[in-house]
Amino acid sequence: MSDLETFRVQTREWLAKNCPQDMRDGANSEEASCWGGRNWEFTSEGQRFWLERMGARGWTVPTWPKEYGGGGLSKEEAQVLAEEMAAIGARKPHDNFGITMLGPALLKFGSHEQKLEHLPKIARGEIRWCQGYSEPGAGSDLASLRTRADDHGDHYIVNGQKIWTSYADKADWIFCLVRTDFDAPKHKGISFVLFDMANEGVSTKPIKLISGASAFCETFFDNVRVEKANLVHEENKGWDVAKYLLTHEREMIGSLFGAMTGGRSLGEIAAHELGTDTAGRVDDPILRGKLVQNELDALAFGALLESVSAKAQAGESLGAISSVLKYYGTELNKRRHELLMDMGGSAELEVTPASGDGQRARDWLRTKANSIEGGTSEVQLQIIAKQILQMPGA
Amino acid sequence: MTLLNEDQLMLQESAAAFLSEKAPISEFRAMRDAGLATGFSKDLWAQFAQMGWAGILVPEEYGGSGFDLTGAGLLAREMGRNLTASPFIATAVMATTALKNLGSDEQKSANLPAIATGSQLFAIAVDESRKHAPAKTALNARRSGNGFLLNGTKCFVSEGASADQIIVAARTSGEPGDTDGITLFLVPSGTDGVTCSATPTIDARGFATLDFTDVTVTADAVLGEVDGGYDGLEIVLDAGRACMAAELTGSATAAFDMTLSYLAERKQFGVPVSSFQALQHRAAHLHTEIEMAEACALKALAAFDALAPDTWRHVAVAKAKCAQVAQLAVQEGVQMHGGMGMTDAFDIGLYMKRARVAGELFGDSAWHANRLADALGY
Ligand SMILES: Cc1cc2nc3c(=O)[nH]c(=O)nc-3n(C[C@H](O)[C@H](O)[C@H](O)COP(=O)(O)OP(=O)(O)OC[C@H]3O[C@@H](n4cnc5c(N)ncnc54)[C@H](O)[C@@H]3O)c2cc1C
Repeated sequence: MSDLETFRVQTREWLAKNCPQDMRDGANSEEASCWGGRNWEFTSEGQRFWLERMGARGWTVPTWPKEYGGGGLSKEEAQVLAEEMAAIGARKPHDNFGITMLGPALLKFGSHEQKLEHLPKIARGEIRWCQGYSEPGAGSDLASLRTRADDHGDHYIVNGQKIWTSYADKADWIFCLVRTDFDAPKHKGISFVLFDMANEGVSTKPIKLISGASAFCETFFDNVRVEKANLVHEENKGWDVAKYLLTHEREMIGSLFGAMTGGRSLGEIAAHELGTDTAGRVDDPILRGKLVQNELDALAFGALLESVSAKAQAGESLGAISSVLKYYGTELNKRRHELLMDMGGSAELEVTPASGDGQRARDWLRTKANSIEGGTSEVQLQIIAKQILQMPGA
Repeated sequence: MTLLNEDQLMLQESAAAFLSEKAPISEFRAMRDAGLATGFSKDLWAQFAQMGWAGILVPEEYGGSGFDLTGAGLLAREMGRNLTASPFIATAVMATTALKNLGSDEQKSANLPAIATGSQLFAIAVDESRKHAPAKTALNARRSGNGFLLNGTKCFVSEGASADQIIVAARTSGEPGDTDGITLFLVPSGTDGVTCSATPTIDARGFATLDFTDVTVTADAVLGEVDGGYDGLEIVLDAGRACMAAELTGSATAAFDMTLSYLAERKQFGVPVSSFQALQHRAAHLHTEIEMAEACALKALAAFDALAPDTWRHVAVAKAKCAQVAQLAVQEGVQMHGGMGMTDAFDIGLYMKRARVAGELFGDSAWHANRLADALGY
């Protein structure tokens, strides 16, 4: 048996013993996730146990080095772990912006001390992170941000405002872009800092979304003290970190929607909800045509995701391909949810117990943010045009 | 998804180098202008044979190169890029697959070496009306003495006019529309009663309509099983479809590259038109679509080689998606070339015509999408 096969067998046995039954329903929605952190209230004993066991092995972040709390697995082993988890419908033990965004950036740009301090806590789900990038005046043109950090020797004093900060009201720490040089060109005066949301001077105000949820906030900084030990990479070089992190964020967002092809196909849902004609086809030929087009695009997108991940495993760097994935994956998901609403008809427009209080409609509304958060579709197209296609002035 | 291996990468490189030198689009244009009836150059095919490409799928013991379908697809992609006209897909891909999978030992040794040396060309005759529909095969094959008597007509047959032998789908029982009752025959094109009329097509390749009137063949002409030919035919078609998908990605890429260079050169309002965001976003979208098309063509080829049970599904996705994407690439290409895009002297129009034909062959995107929906149970 190859080492990888042995690993597979051992992993399967370990998961069988350690993954609680209620964590095996394959749920992967934002709401079903365990986000961890100081104030996390576990939704079940199973959720608590699952995070603890996986965190202790570093399997919440399988490929991070062991010395920083990771699993130290090779990409092939991590793939096996993912497959074995999928086989039993295991939920992700832990979702956290620390895993998908900050972690990769710290691994590349952080000092040894910073990695030692922050990464193991992320792995164990002890600290929940939020992302302080966007500001009222700095959205797509992120580099025009104005939140300022003034130099006070061993620390900075931060003043300003962020907006659209997802889960800022629930997060423990923030990774934040601040301006440290006010005269330099806009990309060259930005620094990347980390601080505790419990620090004096930090306040948040939740904003209600069209879906009714209130997942993001306005975040205010009023003379917040940030130790210089928490500056990641060099002062005024925060844009490099910010961009690298965005590549990971975009790849993560794009990849989310490849998984959508698992489970029941759109067409099967439609056949169930709308019934079929005598030939066994969805009783609405025009809708059927749209459904199968979405299916085709989803399968083609899945093929692209596989090929990108095979290349990444072979060591190719991702770069702007993350924008390709982000752009197409989010647009595809929005179309998918439009179709789910089309086939749902009036039943999914009612806010009643039968519709789960309008669950499908809320999900549909939530998808509209997919092509805005993490950089809008137009911004992704701009990156593709400029960085991949080398078109001028883009 | 596995990455290409060393042999495949080498094949791709040599194909790219050879075709861009020996069979570039200017060659195709010259051939079209000369009105060559075969729709391809026989000299070029002889060189293909020398390179080992005519026998790319022929096993080594029959004198071939013994590549798998991924190798053939890589070649097809390069041919799509250069608009190289050749009987590659009909003979080297489909007929070889048919003989390898369905042929008797005699049929293999009589034909496979001849494919590899380039001395025999084949056509696959399936469709009988304007849309692809293998199950609707009506061409009648009635038992007669020791053999069969064939009557009927096949249309839109690739390389129908130049083929030495024809693999023809015929009905030996049941009704058009039934998948049971279809039998494949291997018929020399010179057989009495076979008449061929070359059909000019918009892409200037070698299509023909083949008429069979009281064509007598012996039982040895049967390829595979009597009445049970459909499944084997589907595999042969899938091999052709997957390579056609790869060809379409090559054409899409070339048309896109050509368009990008034109945008960079052409100036209006004092700047290159490539600096206009309205065009940049369309170009970026097209790039995304082309990346997906390439990935799903390679996936279909790999599934075929792995004998995956759901190969047909990957092929359906690839053929449908690649046709759509190639058509988007040429439509955007013509539009973004402005008036220049409408001129015959500019190559983009040649890509547009070929993408239409390649998209239609062996099932257009709607046909494959429908197949997918049927199989998924909706
Ligand atoms: C649900 C959700 C969660 C979010 N979470 C976070 C978070 O945790 N942390 C955080 O920092 N931010 C977060 N964001 C903010 C997000 O990153 C921004 O909303 C996004 O970058 C767009 O900025 P904007 O809203 O200012 O839009 P604008 O930049 O004002 O854009 C308005 C419109 O103009 C278009 N546009 C802008 N520039 C161009 C251009 N150059 N060319 C063509 N079109 C252009 C845009 O595409 C858009 O359609 C979140 C957003 C959402 C919706």
